[in-house]
Amino acid sequence: MSNQPFTHLDVLESESIHIMREVAAECKNPALLFSGGKDSIVMLRLAEKAFRPARFPFPLVHIDTEHNFPEVIACRDKLAADLGERLIVRSLDGSIKKGTIVLKNADQGRNAFQSVTLLETIAEFGFDACLGGARRDEEKARAKERIFSFRDEFGQWDPKNQRPELWDTYNTRVHAGENIRVFPISNWTEMDIWEYISREKLYIPDIYYAHEREVIRRDNGILPVSHLVQPKSGEIVEKMMVRFRTVGDMTCTCPVESHARNAQEIIEETAITRITERGATRMDDQTSEASMELRKKEGYF
Amino acid sequence: MSNTTQLLRFITAGSVDDGKSTLIGRLLHDSKSIFEDQLSAITKTSERRGGMGAVDLSLLTDGLQAEREQGITIDVAYRYFATPRRKFIIGDTPGHEQYTRNMVTAASTANLAIILIDARKGVLTQTRRHTFIASLVGVPHIVLAVNKMDMVGYSEETFDAICAEYRAFAAQLGLHEMTCIPMSALNGDMVVERGENLNWYKGTPLLELLEHVVIDHDINTTDFRYPVQWVCRPQTQEYHDFRGYMGRIESGEIATGDEITILPSGRTTKVKEIVTYDGNLQRAYAPQSVTLTLTDEIDISRGDMFVKSATMPQATKEFEAMLCWLSESPLDLNRKYIIKHTTRVVKCVFARLEYRVDVNTLEQHSSATLNMNDIARVAMKVQQPLVFDSYKKNRFTGSFIVIDEATNNTVAAGMII
Repeated sequence: MSNQPFTHLDVLESESIHIMREVAAECKNPALLFSGGKDSIVMLRLAEKAFRPARFPFPLVHIDTEHNFPEVIACRDKLAADLGERLIVRSLDGSIKKGTIVLKNADQGRNAFQSVTLLETIAEFGFDACLGGARRDEEKARAKERIFSFRDEFGQWDPKNQRPELWDTYNTRVHAGENIRVFPISNWTEMDIWEYISREKLYIPDIYYAHEREVIRRDNGILPVSHLVQPKSGEIVEKMMVRFRTVGDMTCTCPVESHARNAQEIIEETAITRITERGATRMDDQTSEASMELRKKEGYF
Repeated sequence: MSNTTQLLRFITAGSVDDGKSTLIGRLLHDSKSIFEDQLSAITKTSERRGGMGAVDLSLLTDGLQAEREQGITIDVAYRYFATPRRKFIIGDTPGHEQYTRNMVTAASTANLAIILIDARKGVLTQTRRHTFIASLVGVPHIVLAVNKMDMVGYSEETFDAICAEYRAFAAQLGLHEMTCIPMSALNGDMVVERGENLNWYKGTPLLELLEHVVIDHDINTTDFRYPVQWVCRPQTQEYHDFRGYMGRIESGEIATGDEITILPSGRTTKVKEIVTYDGNLQRAYAPQSVTLTLTDEIDISRGDMFVKSATMPQATKEFEAMLCWLSESPLDLNRKYIIKHTTRVVKCVFARLEYRVDVNTLEQHSSATLNMNDIARVAMKVQQPLVFDSYKKNRFTGSFIVIDEATNNTVAAGMII
C-alpha cells in the first residue's frame, strides 16, 4: 500500500473478491444465494468485480418464502436479467405441497422454514458451497461463525466444533453430501454496506428508502399492512414515513420511521442510530436470545 | 466518514480478571458502538443471573447459548466499531484452555495486539505466553495495557517497573517496538479519554493510538507476489481470445509492461494489462484483487505464482517451520497430510520434530508428537515444490495450513522459517 490510499471499503472489497474466487476455484458446484435484499445485491456487485469479463461460475439461487415484498422480488428478477446470469428460484410452497414443511397456520412467519427448502435445493442440485451475504455484525451467533462455515450432511452448524480459520487461507474441503456456507462479507458492517451502495450507485428495492406506508403497532413493533398482515380488532392503521433496514418475511419484518430518501441520507441516519439492524426490524430474532443460533443449527444460512 | 478511512484489525489478550471485557466494553461504549437493544438485552440477562445492578459487559461478546448459560467463552468472536478516523475489527479470544489455538487464529490477521496486565499482579506467565504467541504470529504492533491502575493508586513507579520488566522480556523475543499505556478501563482513564488520574503519563490514550498507529507498512511493499487464483476465459464473441489471471496482490506492486517470472516453471513474460471491473489500471498494489493479462501465451494454472525477477522467493520441497497444532487428534508422524499454501494444495509429511516450545517458560523440549495447543519447530517435506518466503519477510507467502485428509479438518497452522 505504498502510494495509494486505500479506503476500508477497498480493503473489504478485495477481501470479498478473494473469497469468491477461492470458492470458484476449489468448490465443485457452488451457488450464490440471492434474495434481492441489499446485502445480496452488494454480493452481486462483488461477483461482477471478481469474475467479469466472464460470466459467474455459479448460478444465483433464491429460496422464496412467498412472503416477500413484491418490490424485492421485482428487483431480484430485474438484476438477474440485467446481469444475464442464471437464477434458480425454489419456493417454500413447493416444500409445503410435498409435506416437508408443515405450517401451524397459513399466515405464520416463514423465515425459519427457509432451511428446509434450502437443504432440499442443495440436494436437488448437489451444491457443495453456498455463498451468502450474512455479516458478523448482524447478530451474536454470526459474530462467532467462520467465513467458510462447514455444515454436515444435515446442513447443521456445530458452533463448538468449527474449523480454525487462519490468515486468508481457507479450508474449502468437504466430503460428498456435506457443504460449506461461505460469507464473503462477514467483516462488513451495516454502515459499510450503505457506503458501498452509495459509492457503487447500486440499484436496490425502493422500500429501503423512506416512503409513506400503512402500518399497525403490534408486539412492540411496527408492522406493514399487507395481504398477509391485516389489522386485528382494536388495532389502528396509521400512515407513517418509514423505510426498511432489512427486507425479509412481510409478516415479521418491521420498518423504522425515517425520512432518508437516498443512500447518503441513510448513511447519516445509520451513523446516529441507537438500535441494531435486526433488533429494530426482525420480530423472529426476538423470540429468544439464541433464535439465530438455533435456526443455524438446523441448517439456516 | 472520510473516504480514506483505514481498517485496523486488533486482538485483545488477557483474561476476564484483567478487565478484558471491561476494556472492550469501554472502547465500544465510549465510542458509542453499543446499541440500546444490546444494552437492554444484557441488562436483562445480568439481572436474571442475580447481578447486583452492574451490567456485565462480557455478555456482549458471548454469542452462543452454551456460553451464556455457563458464563464461559468458547471461541473467537469478531466485533466491529468505528470512529471518524478508522474502522476497527476486534478479534476477541477467550482466556481458557484452547487459548493458544484461538489466539493464534485471531492473531493471524491482526495488525495489532493489546496485551492486558493487571497492575497489581505485573508480568505473569500468561503475559509471557500471550507475548510469545503475538511474536510467533508476527503481529506487527504490540500494546501493553497496564490496567487497574486505580487499584495501585495510579502509581507511576509501579507502571515504570512493570514496563521495564516487560520490555526486557520482549527484547528476548526480538520485540522492540511496543507501547505501554497505564489505564483504568473501569473508570475510563486512558482508554478513550485521558481522564484526570494519569496526568504524569505523556503518551496518548489507547483509542488515539489505535486511530493513529501506522499500518501501511504491515504489508511487504517490496516483493511482488501474485498467486494465481483463477484463470478467466470468457470465451464470448467480445472476449474471444481473452485469457486473464485472477488473483490478489499479496505484497509489492505491479505495473503494465513489468517483466514477471512465473513460478515454479521459471518462464518470464510481461504484464500486458491490469484489468478490473472499474477499468484498466497502469499500476496496482497489495492488497488489490485484479486480473492480469500477459504478452505471451504460456500454460499457467491456479497455484502458480507471479513474481518479479529481482526479488525471487524460494522454491523447494523441504523447509522448516514453526507449527501450532490445532486439532484434538495428535500429530501422527507416520501419516501424510495436506498443506494449503497460498493457492497451492500439496501432500506433505513431517520429516522431523525439532523441538516443542513450552509457551509458559519458552523452554525447548524434545517431543514425540504434538497435541492441541502445542507449538513446535518441524522439518517438512512436500510432494511438489512450494514457492514461499520466510514468514518474517512475508506473512502471506510464508504461512500455510495443514489439513487432515480423512476428516478434512484444519489441524495445524505453519509459519515457514
